[in-house]
Amino acid sequence: MESKSVLVNGDEAVAMAALDTGVRLGCGYPGTPSTEILETFSALGGRAQWAPNEKVALEVALGAAFGCGRALATMKHVGLNVAADPLFTAAYTGCSGALVIAVADDPGMASSQNEQDSRRYAAAAGVPMLEPADSQQAYDFMAEAVALSEKFGTPVLLRLTTRVCHSKTPVLRRAFPPPPPAAFAPDIPTRVMIPAYARPAHRRLRQRLAEILAWNEQSALTIRYGESGELGLIANGISVMHAREAAPQAAVLQVGMTYPLPVETLRAFAASVRRCVVVEEGDPVIADACRAAGIAVESAPEMFRYGELNVGKVRRILAGDTTPEPARPPGKPPQLCLGCPHRLVFEALRDENCLVTGDIGCYTLGVLAPFEAMHTCVCMGAAFGVGLGLRHVLPPAEARRVVSVIGDSTFMHSGLTGLLDMAYNPPESGHVVVVLDNGTTAMTGLQEHPGTGRLLDGTPARQILPEDLARAMGIERVTVLDMDTKGSGFRAALRADLDSGQLCMIVARRPCILSLRKQRKTEEAKKEGAGQ
Amino acid sequence: MKRETPVNVVVAGLGGQGVLTCSDLLADAAFRTGLDVKKAEIHGMSQRGGSVSCDVRFGAAVLSPMVPDGEADFLVVLEATQEAPNRHVLKPDGLLLSVTQLDTAALPSPKTLNTAMLGMLSRHVPEIPEASWQSALDAAFPEKIRAMNHAAFETGKNSVKIH
Ligand SMILES: Cc1ncc(C[n+]2csc(CCOP(=O)(O)OP(=O)(O)O)c2C)c(N)n1
Ligand code: SF4
Repeated sequence: MESKSVLVNGDEAVAMAALDTGVRLGCGYPGTPSTEILETFSALGGRAQWAPNEKVALEVALGAAFGCGRALATMKHVGLNVAADPLFTAAYTGCSGALVIAVADDPGMASSQNEQDSRRYAAAAGVPMLEPADSQQAYDFMAEAVALSEKFGTPVLLRLTTRVCHSKTPVLRRAFPPPPPAAFAPDIPTRVMIPAYARPAHRRLRQRLAEILAWNEQSALTIRYGESGELGLIANGISVMHAREAAPQAAVLQVGMTYPLPVETLRAFAASVRRCVVVEEGDPVIADACRAAGIAVESAPEMFRYGELNVGKVRRILAGDTTPEPARPPGKPPQLCLGCPHRLVFEALRDENCLVTGDIGCYTLGVLAPFEAMHTCVCMGAAFGVGLGLRHVLPPAEARRVVSVIGDSTFMHSGLTGLLDMAYNPPESGHVVVVLDNGTTAMTGLQEHPGTGRLLDGTPARQILPEDLARAMGIERVTVLDMDTKGSGFRAALRADLDSGQLCMIVARRPCILSLRKQRKTEEAKKEGAGQ
Repeated sequence: MKRETPVNVVVAGLGGQGVLTCSDLLADAAFRTGLDVKKAEIHGMSQRGGSVSCDVRFGAAVLSPMVPDGEADFLVVLEATQEAPNRHVLKPDGLLLSVTQLDTAALPSPKTLNTAMLGMLSRHVPEIPEASWQSALDAAFPEKIRAMNHAAFETGKNSVKIH
């Protein structure tokens, strides 16, 4: 093991800890700011794979953990919505090998469609949650999550946020004992959740949480910085760093395991200081829990619930300053790259006056000038459902203008079931869906998916094509266009499909220019490697 | 020259200009010097040419990875238009280092702009010795473009075009 520290970001630190603790399988779906966990795990030699979506990723990881294999599932906060179904029942079944779910929240929405707070999931599902404040803690807490998961037989959530994921700070790695061998010991009443077995499982879950709470009340994951009896701050995750910097004279209590919350430890801390303030980003989860337990704490005014915290904001919270934040001068907004194949499609959709139900990816930028050719965008896959819903209720002349637009990675993630609904419940006016197939998951930094023909590490894989799936489902008109630089064929195909009143899919295919560049670089590197 | 508080640097530019590489290099040079270092960045849509900025902080001990507004000692700007949106991070007596102060015609390649700006910054950061800069540069670039980046760093260091 290296005895020197390295400067890495939180995602890389989680990957290093996964490798060092003997995690056998990492599964996830890309999502800023969580993506680099699996990429790094793979680069370091770990076994990592992109799943079609987060639900599948969590289920595969759960299976591995049922077989005593240590497993890691990674996703961004909204990915946990997709994986919520297995999460809630995995809390009942528990696991034999470690199962850690690394979930990355994005307060401030640097690259997300909402700023939901994953801590709510820990409480709702009954799964313990750890929250590191920097890369060293990301490493240590990942290792602790593995140990806790096996000790208590439960999945563990590791909650990261943008500033933990994407900040580089020093990390010292260590050695861990080797993991137990993989094996599956059948235990039907614990692993098969029919009602008769699930009822006692729920009771076991509450019992287990009580044991974890007792453990957490004594745990070294709660860290007190400073001895002040005057001002005390309770904080979690990155807020710990902001709080310590904003109030160097104060005592700061870091809650490392935020669910189940060590309420008695917090009570004792609050009693040890004259003024106690909870400093947390996002929802007032700790503050509400303290108040419910009768602990007198102050919390941030409502205006600080939005966006990220920082040192300046914490100073203002402590000073009770609620004057509006000065508006920051706007930077330059992102736009589709010049030469991006998505441009041609949005020019046509704009010119044909289509009503576009959009989806999430680089192509969401089609909403901005000069296109302004996207009218809805909710969550991954919603292009289908929202488009179909509009088609069902709008008057015929309007309904015929509706087009669903979805990227290739998003199609594999959650467009498939939408396509199924289109085939099963076709609107009277038919429907038109455009798959923007640029051969990559561009938005999150060019990851592979089941449609690219390559695995996470770039090795060749079976390639699943949207047009084949559409044909298999009986979609009447399926057009595949190799988009040339003018995209001329696209307009004609779009018009014909809109007029047809049938179920139509156009696959607009042309590689993302950045992914082409990346491919070229990889090939050059390979050649150079071979030449040496 | 000892100081209690960390040195705060904000590097700003547009996606694709090498803001991340530039701030990584700076963080690595400070790290090689044995200082505590934190570096924060916002990824996401940077590849689509929007504004990008990174915070690098180093010193005896660093807490928050983000430079508080009005506390940056240095603002390094790789694109003139990104000066205005980032000015608010500078201390009243903080130093703005802008690409407009660099003789870009003297660069071995436009791609080395980020390394040159780092060279310009290096003159003002006595906390990081020359050897740390050199070894950070060596580590950051593959052999093919290493010499070119060392040259760009020197060009930046020797640029005296002050406006
Ligand atoms: C449930 C969920 N998981 C992950 C993300 C992050 N994310 C947003 S869009 C996207 C995929 C984009 O790929 P694609 O559809 O191929 O479009 P492209 O960016 O290539 O144009 C991902 C992974 C998300 N927003 N929601
Ligand atoms: S990264 Fe690729 S998909 Fe995204 S805007 Fe640029 S060319 Fe288009």
